[in-house]
Amino acid sequence: MPGITDSTTRDDLSPAGTARENLTTHEAGAPDGRLADEGADGGAGTVRLLDPDGVRHPSPEHDRWLTDVDGDDRALLRLLEDMVVVRRVDTEATALQRQGELALWPPLLGQEAAQIGSAHALRRDDFVFSSYREHGVAYVRGVTPLDLVRGWRGVVTAGWDPYAVNMATPQIIVGGHALHGVGYAMGVLADAEHDTGRADGTAAVVSYFGDGAMSQGAVNEAFVFAATWSAPVVFFCQNNQWAISEPVALQSHVPLVARADGFGLTGVRVDGNDVLAVLAVTRAALHRARTGGGPTLVEAVTYRRGPHTTADDPTRYRGTAEVEAWERRDPIDRLSAYLRDRDVLTDAADAHVRDVADRMAAALRTDLAAIETPPPLSIFEHVYAEPNPALAAERDGYAQYLAGFADDVAGGAR
Amino acid sequence: MTELTLAKAINLGLRRSLADDPSVVLLGEDIGRLGGVFRVTDGLQAEFGPRRVMDTPLAEAGILGAAVGLAYRGYRPVVEIQFDGFVYVAFDQIVSQVARMLARTAGAVRLPITIRIPVGGGTGAAEHHSESPEAYFVHTAGLRVVEVAGPQDAYTVIQQAIACDDPVVFFEPKRRYYTKGEVDTETALADAPPMGAARVVVPGSDVTLVTYGGLVATAVDAATAAADDGVSVEVIDLRSLSPADHDAVAASVRRTGRLVVAHEGPHEAGVGAEIAATATERCFEYLEAAPVRVTGHDIPYPPAKLEMHHVPDLDRILDGVDRVLGRVPSTGAVIA
Repeated sequence: MPGITDSTTRDDLSPAGTARENLTTHEAGAPDGRLADEGADGGAGTVRLLDPDGVRHPSPEHDRWLTDVDGDDRALLRLLEDMVVVRRVDTEATALQRQGELALWPPLLGQEAAQIGSAHALRRDDFVFSSYREHGVAYVRGVTPLDLVRGWRGVVTAGWDPYAVNMATPQIIVGGHALHGVGYAMGVLADAEHDTGRADGTAAVVSYFGDGAMSQGAVNEAFVFAATWSAPVVFFCQNNQWAISEPVALQSHVPLVARADGFGLTGVRVDGNDVLAVLAVTRAALHRARTGGGPTLVEAVTYRRGPHTTADDPTRYRGTAEVEAWERRDPIDRLSAYLRDRDVLTDAADAHVRDVADRMAAALRTDLAAIETPPPLSIFEHVYAEPNPALAAERDGYAQYLAGFADDVAGGAR
Repeated sequence: MTELTLAKAINLGLRRSLADDPSVVLLGEDIGRLGGVFRVTDGLQAEFGPRRVMDTPLAEAGILGAAVGLAYRGYRPVVEIQFDGFVYVAFDQIVSQVARMLARTAGAVRLPITIRIPVGGGTGAAEHHSESPEAYFVHTAGLRVVEVAGPQDAYTVIQQAIACDDPVVFFEPKRRYYTKGEVDTETALADAPPMGAARVVVPGSDVTLVTYGGLVATAVDAATAAADDGVSVEVIDLRSLSPADHDAVAASVRRTGRLVVAHEGPHEAGVGAEIAATATERCFEYLEAAPVRVTGHDIPYPPAKLEMHHVPDLDRILDGVDRVLGRVPSTGAVIA
């Protein structure tokens, strides 16, 4: 099973006495570990530990969340491998859509570090609610590539059992799930008082969404509710600069992270193409959540290099120069350069990582071909948890109708 | 047997559910210290604490969205929407999330959420405080929709709704909140009539009169008045609007041959349309006359001083009975 590395169970890496107040980070200026964003950011500081050339900048404030990773070549390689694999799977899924095997696909190209870095900060008993582009997060949680694409093939509404991987299935309504994360986190808090026998009460939640969702009422209500209860939730906003054709400037005239203050959330802005910085700030945010420090809004500044979905044509709304500028900040190249410089990424290791990714993509293609469309009457299943005679009668009526055809169109209307 | 108001009966039912099942939590605006604007949750926060009876920020989508997350975590949230007209901002959460999470996840995630909504007019209230939005929810697969008419059902059905593994929209007719009635609190929930079953309130043989919620009492009065006039009206309290107990309606219509459906909500595509259409499909050869609907008009809810022209009353229902009996010439015009 891909995904969860040892590091995901080690969120509590902080030295004793970690002061959560030290972790608020979106004040102006560029102290240690924070470099000015290359885009227009209104002066907000952005946490960056690896620059686009792969040069590692020390930052005691953030490095303490990376002591295990910094000292473990395998862990670093694992981050690289996961990014390479999800990009390869993403590319394969795009190809499969072009070949008619998938109805639609929302590519994650360019957002690998934001997703892999943040997902590796999670514990097994944490829970994730996400949008529809978080393939990398799902992969790290243990969702197989096949389950990632099943919904996009149109044979199921969603590809996996949320409780099997502690991650809800993709949410298509933009921002609709942000509140679910808060409610889940409220449940974690309530567990402590309810004697439900669940966990130790320190699970936390991450709700992933994008810059477009920041305008949704549901997301803003989620911020309010999270603050009211100091719910153990992290709002992870991947600001990929575009909501289909709408630039982020249309959603907000201030850096998205600046909204955190007004809601009483801790705000953190991070270079979303720097997997180490993302891992560090997400670990810090989750630690804050678990220890009563309240909710955090992480704005991961990244870029959607592909179309919104395979049905989109980005050439209608943005130029190639912009895309090329972000290609030069590629998250995989960045970590690769760092690891090559440290002799961690050898040619052999690089070949191995790419081989793993290729095999994963090939398996996806094979597995997808074997997927069968469920029988027609399955559409009546799971509408209600308890018996519903009216719907049962409707189902029987449709079964009778199908049975009237000479050919077995019911395909197992049994 | 205890004599209780409808509001107190719900309160008692909520208290029983909270006491019996630690996973039951209540969320809503002003439901804590105040006990709700109608006092339906009176005393519950004091008894069960602020973690189980939660005053929420004033955001209905937030309330429903948080309930989804709590249910994901294994809780049985009971949310209160303060007034019928305030539910629309939560519509997306109810329709796009609550109603279809089970189907979306192929049965993996159950959302046993109860959505309590005071409903209907007749109270002289301000705008947005007298709506009858039930048809929107009946039209949404995955939801169960019920409306209680009196204290006994209020006590029983609220507990059944909370115990149900499906999301239930639970309508409470606000103008009947303070109507008193005898409530049996001893009978076990399992022995009570099922949540989805209609109930014959008044037996009769000439006309079947189907209604629910706040109009049941009016329909009973109409049956009494009709009896004085020599017409035997059978009153059926639908109780569950989704699924509706079409079998019970059909059984009655086959005996009477005449159907009147009454509700406060608008005429067009209202619950009455579904009841009348289904009865016609099932009982066409038994019908002596076309079914008649007595409903609110297809207008925004009118100002309080005019609401008696909108909400069906005793005379409007009796007029419907006359029409289905052919006593009033039917021009085909919609009186509603």
